[in-house]
Amino acid sequence: MEKILIVNHLTKNFGHLTAVKDLSFTIEKGNVYGILGPNGSGKSTTLGIVLNVVNRTKGDFAWFDGNTSTHEALKKVGAIIERPNFYPYMTAVQNLNLVCKIKEVPNTKIEEKLELVGLLDRKNSKFNTYSLGMKQRLAIASALLNDPEILILDEPTNGLDPQGIHQIREIIKKIASEGTTILLASHLLDEVEKVCSHVIILRKGEKLYSGRVDGMLASHGFFELRTENTKLLTDYLEKNASFGPIKVENGLVTAILKEEMDATALNKTLFAQGVVLSHLVKRKESLEEQFLTLTKNQAN
Amino acid sequence: MVRLLHIEFIKLWNNRASKILIISYFVLLTSIALVAAIKFDIGPIQFHLADQGIFNFPYVWHFNTYIAALFKLFLAIVIVSMMSNEYSNKTIKQNLIDGLSKKEFILSKFLTVISFALISTIFVFVVSLILGLVYSDFNELPIIFSDLEFLLAFFLKLTGFFSFCLFLGILVKRSAFALGFLILWSIIEQIVFGILGWKFVSWETAKIIKGFFPLQSMSNLIKEPFSRLKAVQSIANEIGEQVILDYQVHWYEITIVLCWTAIFVYLSYALLKKRDL
Repeated sequence: MEKILIVNHLTKNFGHLTAVKDLSFTIEKGNVYGILGPNGSGKSTTLGIVLNVVNRTKGDFAWFDGNTSTHEALKKVGAIIERPNFYPYMTAVQNLNLVCKIKEVPNTKIEEKLELVGLLDRKNSKFNTYSLGMKQRLAIASALLNDPEILILDEPTNGLDPQGIHQIREIIKKIASEGTTILLASHLLDEVEKVCSHVIILRKGEKLYSGRVDGMLASHGFFELRTENTKLLTDYLEKNASFGPIKVENGLVTAILKEEMDATALNKTLFAQGVVLSHLVKRKESLEEQFLTLTKNQAN
Repeated sequence: MVRLLHIEFIKLWNNRASKILIISYFVLLTSIALVAAIKFDIGPIQFHLADQGIFNFPYVWHFNTYIAALFKLFLAIVIVSMMSNEYSNKTIKQNLIDGLSKKEFILSKFLTVISFALISTIFVFVVSLILGLVYSDFNELPIIFSDLEFLLAFFLKLTGFFSFCLFLGILVKRSAFALGFLILWSIIEQIVFGILGWKFVSWETAKIIKGFFPLQSMSNLIKEPFSRLKAVQSIANEIGEQVILDYQVHWYEITIVLCWTAIFVYLSYALLKKRDL
């Protein structure tokens, strides 16, 4: 797999505070990564370091093959961190022209990218007349001008209204479907769950996990069951070694699996035992549940 | 290099305030020519400034560069705000993320400073040449092109001064405060000079030390031309006692200003490099 970014034992101190602690991870081409973590967990600092705006204390990082200087590599990267920053007195087109000059790419793609984010009809309006959602979309257009190898987004939906959030998510999904590598930092778990294939989880500057979203917990999922005779069901489940703890809540039985089991097989066995189910769902823990479990485990 | 200048040009020219200031600066430079039109004609008193010899070659180089340098504050405002606006709009962060290196960022600003100084110098050269050709009493080529070191001094003076503004813009990050600091600094130089001369060393030594201060060294490059004018006139009128005036541009003054320019540009870069944005 082609590597886009390798981060090695990165550490950043702000005075006595350690914002990032001995962080290592690798970004491979074609995946969609999420950096997850509560506010102040070092997400933005990490991105700031690899984007050349924050100085590192220790460790190193390498873009692409590691032979290009950071600022040359950044010309092949598209990035938005925190708020969209543009020259307020310039129009969208003027701002994007400037970005093209900096990135040393021809300015032929400006219209195409403005179209993609739905700002074509406002292309000659000054930046300071834009709403926050439009500013954020312009930032995405600007990050895409060079058809980047990787798109880095830091809290892209922060502060937007539901409609704005939806628009940004649709754009991200569209870009991801075109095969662009994406690195998305967020504290919104469902946002990451919806678009990311891989996650890096940070807490207080330390990495808790990095890898595939579905491999986060070594879990086989759980069953949600409902039947008229709840007692019979729980008795059977408790005796069965395939199941871990059983929870009953308002007649809904939640049985966590210790090993892989097929829903059809369970249904068959239970029917043979005289338990007729009115509700059977096999589920994996949501990212939020996994995240909370993970951060709780680490806290202990 | 052209790319860096172009980047800066886009940023400046689309900013209405900067555009107006730049245009008014160059209009003011041209307006030196209007001095020539100052003419009193009230009965017996006839006075025509252009006939007083201020446009005589080579004196016109000295006089015009001195006057033109007074307008530099206009561009100083532009330069301080072009630097500090990058901080207040946070566009400096975006520029770096987009792939401009910190070195290129400072270089693009410094190249702009050089361009401003260069264009101003060419402007003053052309305006003075025309004024001289129209009003000068001497029109021999060797005389016209003597004392041209004043133009070099003018160029270096502007470059040094604008580099100082650039540095203040980065240091203070707010244009109004940076300009305030500039004024404060000029006062500090005088106060330090006063204390030195009053308490520590002789006034002559204090004056020499003052010549090493950034703003003073820049102003030393082109000395005030008025006493020279009087001297020129009095020599023409009565041959007798001569006042020895030191109005030349000295190599050591040039060196001091060049050093300050290098220091300011380097400090700007060092500051940007060290800061987390």
